[in-house]
Amino acid sequence: MNAVEKLGEKGSDSLDALGQYGNFVASILYWTFRGPGRFARQQLVRQMYEIGTLSVPVVMITGAFIGAVLAVETFPQFQQIGLEGRIGSVIIASVVKQIGPVLTAVMLAGRVGGALTAELGTMRVTEQIDAMRAMAADPIRSLAVPRFVACLIMMPFLTIFSDALGVFGGWFIAVRLGVDSHEFWMYSQQGIDNFTLFTGFIKSFFFGSAIASIACFKGFNAGSGAQGVGKACTEAFVASFIAILVMNFFLAMLLNSISQILWGSSGSILG
Amino acid sequence: MSDSQPTSPPQPSAPSAACEPPPPEKQIHIRLCDLHKRFGPVVVFNGVSIDVFERECVVVLGPSGTGKSVLLKHIVGLMRPDSGAVYFRDQRVDTLDEQGLEPIRRRFGFLFQGGALFDSMTVYDNIAFPMREHGNFPESEVRDRVASKLAMVGLDGTQTKMPAELSGGMRKRVALARAIALDPEVVLYDEPTTGLDPIRSDIINELILKLNDELHVTSVVVTHDMASAFKVADRLVMLSDGKVIAEGKADDFRNSKNEEVRRFVEGRANPEELAALNRAKAP
Repeated sequence: MNAVEKLGEKGSDSLDALGQYGNFVASILYWTFRGPGRFARQQLVRQMYEIGTLSVPVVMITGAFIGAVLAVETFPQFQQIGLEGRIGSVIIASVVKQIGPVLTAVMLAGRVGGALTAELGTMRVTEQIDAMRAMAADPIRSLAVPRFVACLIMMPFLTIFSDALGVFGGWFIAVRLGVDSHEFWMYSQQGIDNFTLFTGFIKSFFFGSAIASIACFKGFNAGSGAQGVGKACTEAFVASFIAILVMNFFLAMLLNSISQILWGSSGSILG
Repeated sequence: MSDSQPTSPPQPSAPSAACEPPPPEKQIHIRLCDLHKRFGPVVVFNGVSIDVFERECVVVLGPSGTGKSVLLKHIVGLMRPDSGAVYFRDQRVDTLDEQGLEPIRRRFGFLFQGGALFDSMTVYDNIAFPMREHGNFPESEVRDRVASKLAMVGLDGTQTKMPAELSGGMRKRVALARAIALDPEVVLYDEPTTGLDPIRSDIINELILKLNDELHVTSVVVTHDMASAFKVADRLVMLSDGKVIAEGKADDFRNSKNEEVRRFVEGRANPEELAALNRAKAP
């Protein structure tokens, strides 16, 4: 087989996998709206706890340090032009619109996505998914839908936690660097509007759906043995990470365009 | 008994055109007709045809890697043949989509080799799973039915245990209780006694016989445990090199003239493999 044939085969395999993923997502959406069934509904609360509640500490720590680092890095620049009081607007805009949702999603892709892929991959390897199919139960409906819906519901809440701690972390460091607390909050308030909050919120929905669907898809298609499950986990994280970054870019473009159309400006961090 | 000597390595051949649905008067429950299946370069089936009659217990024998488990998965549409046909009564199974397969799968119970119990659920929830998915049973009836199925396999009282807390034999019995939760017409057993000691194996064999007698189910048992096979089988079928090489009653197998069948029944290694083993020097 020459290089061109290999390239062709690889391209064909990738398209095939993309098609399978598309079908998988379509099935998840179909069962989500048609009604996931008794078992899936019972699973939902457990999944919301595991995906959401258990992720709160790690997401809050991540958020707090993002805000703190932003304060440390931007303070000298703002101090040079005498605008250090306005550092809050930079931190809040960066955290709420971009870094908060993206880093929360990346943390979740690692913590939750890996766990979902490993759990479902092990179920596949030990024939539990086949057993479900043999009992005439659709595993997408019973296993993927509750995980997908739980991720979709919990992701925005986790992003809010991350954003809140990000702003708090920024304030904490900024005040220690000499910024007046009142000024910090005043300019922070000016630097944010409902649409900015909505931007972070809408992004988190998309990121949550990508993380859950990719993790479940990779778990359902894990290769045999421990090696197969490990490989599926790695692939799930890499694919989720890339999907988050690509989606973030296109969502930023789209939401900024919407903002321009509606209000004629995407806002100024200097108020 | 139909004996045929295995020949050269199998090559995929064109499926026969005579894969007709079984006529109702023959009471054929499952028909596998001229199945061909390969995984990459490995040919698993090269024209396998088997009929399973109602209330019959058919044991499928064969060396490891001959596709016995794959055969069971074809029956319920978990796998599909490259060519050939699978019928459940007069309904073709292998061409149905997942939704079309659902009503058929509800009439089957499948005991997987490792049990395939859902390890995040208790024994109770495992057995209740098919009832909750398909039956509109109130929870009180689910509870009674779970207790009744567990009593059938001699494990009533283990409802709150997790699968990890059970021994291998208990896990298989719980899996069997789950397989019969919806009172299936057909039960498929994939290596039901593998990994169990002889006494536990015999308990499983007795359970298979009990289910056949009490629930009047049709059974297909895949195994390479000859003691188990001879105990539960109404009829035995042996697979080798992608084909059915022998079919008949237990006595037919015991008195077979086919060298491969005799070696399998007696548990004797192939002389050529033994010679190769003896030629290889220990380090």
